[in-house]
Amino acid sequence: MRHTFVVLVEDKPGVLNRVASLFRRRAFNIESLTVGHTEIDRVSRMTIVVDTDVNGARRLEANLYKLVNVLRVTDLTNKASVVRDLTLIRVAATNETRTQVMQLVDTFRSRVVDVAPDTLIIEATGTENKIDGLLGVLEPYGVLEIVRTGRVAMSRGQQHPLDSPDPENEEMSTEPDDNVSYSV
Amino acid sequence: MGNIRTGAQILWESLVREGVTTVFGYPGGAILPAYDAMLEYPIRHVLVRHEQGATHMADGFARASGEVGVAVATSGPGATNMVTGIATAMLDSSPVVCITGQVGSKLIGSDAFQETDVTGVTLPITKHNYLVSKCSDLASTIHEAFYVARSGRPGPVLVDITKDAQQSSCEFVWDDTPVQLPGYRPELRASEAEYQRAMELINSAKRPVIFAGHGVMLSGAMDLVREFAERANIPIAMTLLGIGSFPALHPLNLGMMGMHGEAWVNQAIQEADLLLAFGMRFDDRVTGNVKTYAPNARKIHIDIDPAEFNKNVLVDVTLAGDLSNVLRDLLPTLERGDRAEWLSAISEMKGDSAVRDVQNLPDSGHLYAAHVINDIWRMTDGKAVVVTDVGQHQMWEAQYYRHQDPRSLITSGGLGTMGFALPAAIGAKLSRPDAEVWVIVGDGGFQMTMCELATIAQEKIKINVAIINNGYLGMVRQWQEFFYERRYAATPLLSPDFAKLAEAFGLRSASVSKRDEVEPTIEMARSESGAVVIDFKVDQEDTVYPMVPAGADLDAMIRRPSLSPIVETADD
Repeated sequence: MRHTFVVLVEDKPGVLNRVASLFRRRAFNIESLTVGHTEIDRVSRMTIVVDTDVNGARRLEANLYKLVNVLRVTDLTNKASVVRDLTLIRVAATNETRTQVMQLVDTFRSRVVDVAPDTLIIEATGTENKIDGLLGVLEPYGVLEIVRTGRVAMSRGQQHPLDSPDPENEEMSTEPDDNVSYSV
Repeated sequence: MGNIRTGAQILWESLVREGVTTVFGYPGGAILPAYDAMLEYPIRHVLVRHEQGATHMADGFARASGEVGVAVATSGPGATNMVTGIATAMLDSSPVVCITGQVGSKLIGSDAFQETDVTGVTLPITKHNYLVSKCSDLASTIHEAFYVARSGRPGPVLVDITKDAQQSSCEFVWDDTPVQLPGYRPELRASEAEYQRAMELINSAKRPVIFAGHGVMLSGAMDLVREFAERANIPIAMTLLGIGSFPALHPLNLGMMGMHGEAWVNQAIQEADLLLAFGMRFDDRVTGNVKTYAPNARKIHIDIDPAEFNKNVLVDVTLAGDLSNVLRDLLPTLERGDRAEWLSAISEMKGDSAVRDVQNLPDSGHLYAAHVINDIWRMTDGKAVVVTDVGQHQMWEAQYYRHQDPRSLITSGGLGTMGFALPAAIGAKLSRPDAEVWVIVGDGGFQMTMCELATIAQEKIKINVAIINNGYLGMVRQWQEFFYERRYAATPLLSPDFAKLAEAFGLRSASVSKRDEVEPTIEMARSESGAVVIDFKVDQEDTVYPMVPAGADLDAMIRRPSLSPIVETADD
């Protein structure tokens, strides 16, 4: 199954390479990886999606912790969390079809961010399912180009990854969380 | 700002403060500033003949003493030559710090002369690595590198230093306080619930076996393991790297497990109801087919590295932590037990193993490796530090040299690096000058790093080298014999006259092909003050028995035929 990890790392040269190399070295396939700055100075945050089983996820977490620059690993897979993917879509839109396309965009609560004589660029944010749905309905008009950020995620409620249990004090939990909710 | 030094001086100043007295290295352009400054510091530099040798020496130094070993090389080819040695140290959790020169920071990325992305190349085979391009980062990085190398599960750390960082000057600040790394957790602690589950399983086990791995020595837990085993009367099987962690002649010591382990050891594992893994990682050479491995046994895994849990074998209880600390926590609730039934059942498993032993064959004039190794064991009273290479001789050594003391067998287990023994022995001897050091090496592996004979001669290092010369790449030949219909592709091996070769390096040597010459030659080597190289010309097609074919069930062993076809007449 797909596991979503949030990994906080020290913002140092080569850290992305160390994390990516670990996945390759241990034969895990990364489905998506995003990285960016955080609210903490010199700390970066990665959201990594991997297809693996529960034991694989636990080993991955243990291996990530072996990297000196990794500060905290949280497996959000079975935790209530907000999961988003940002996508830009260039779609063909002539005078005849532009209105229809824009109505679809509205329905998906997305936005048109660029208009050209024959094309539109649409900015869509949401779960991967929602974006796949939007892409599906746009397909007949001619999807010319897409760029997707891959998944970013944050746990719901007040819990910050740095407040989650540290493996030093507590066994890593693989129990599912019951109030999982994915809203659009 | 009174304490201004060059980066090169800061490097050595920091190494000296980390307790370094000996380094193994090879100079070159990008590390020249460091070499120039070295002359001002109390450091013994051993000039190697190839940088692979430098890392193996640092590794041998570390394994024999428990101290961090240090290797130095220049950029580009100097650093890439270290790769095999670094990977060897990584797989066997050996604390080594490698210092490499790098081209000037302004040249990085330009494909400058002798430029290689060494931190990139070594990323997956180091515990951690650093690129230092500022003088002011050097002292803290060296301090951190040593801490990372020796703490937690030890491993190699590489520090790549640009030439301008060595040449420029800055204030030397040495912070002696313990290193604090926000993301580094050298030791975890298991929950009380896991401890309780472990104790319940241990105290109720009828047929338990303890596995002693390299972690026993890395943790210094030898006495605790002994106390544990003796109190509960639990027999101990050892991994190759665990040899020496528990006295070979102790009645509870079963011997080595796995592919070339003794038959009764593997049989006991298959019949056990509980396995207690102490600082080992269920390598495929240990388990054979994991689907049929120890089918009746619950498994408790104690290791400092939680990434090892459930990697190869699924276990019932995991206890993360330094083995000594975990055992100290377990011992108060460990119940006494006699387990007489189980111990006598294992004794019965030994059965006719003794008569299958090549040692007990009549002297037909043939020389077998087992005779050589057994005689070295007997004559050194089991007290030598033996450094082995990789292949048949390595397995025979593990079977016939009865190691009583920790850190007395140094061998490349995980990576299986041919060419390891000779340089590693140089490092071992320099870290333990009072130890009698023997190299046991095959004719193949010896030729991979035999250039280090020159290092031995130049540095006047007293070690004895026993070449087990069978004219084949023996272990590969054995696999060809069993699994490739005796098609000996590229395994017959023509070698130089090793005795003459050693003489060319100015070393004493001997050549032995008869059983009765073995003892006096070993005696000669032991009494000689300089290094001695002995070429033991042994039976060409002898085989390591027993053998569990790769991936086969652990108790599906190929045994030495008891009516042995290898009992030949003297003239065949």
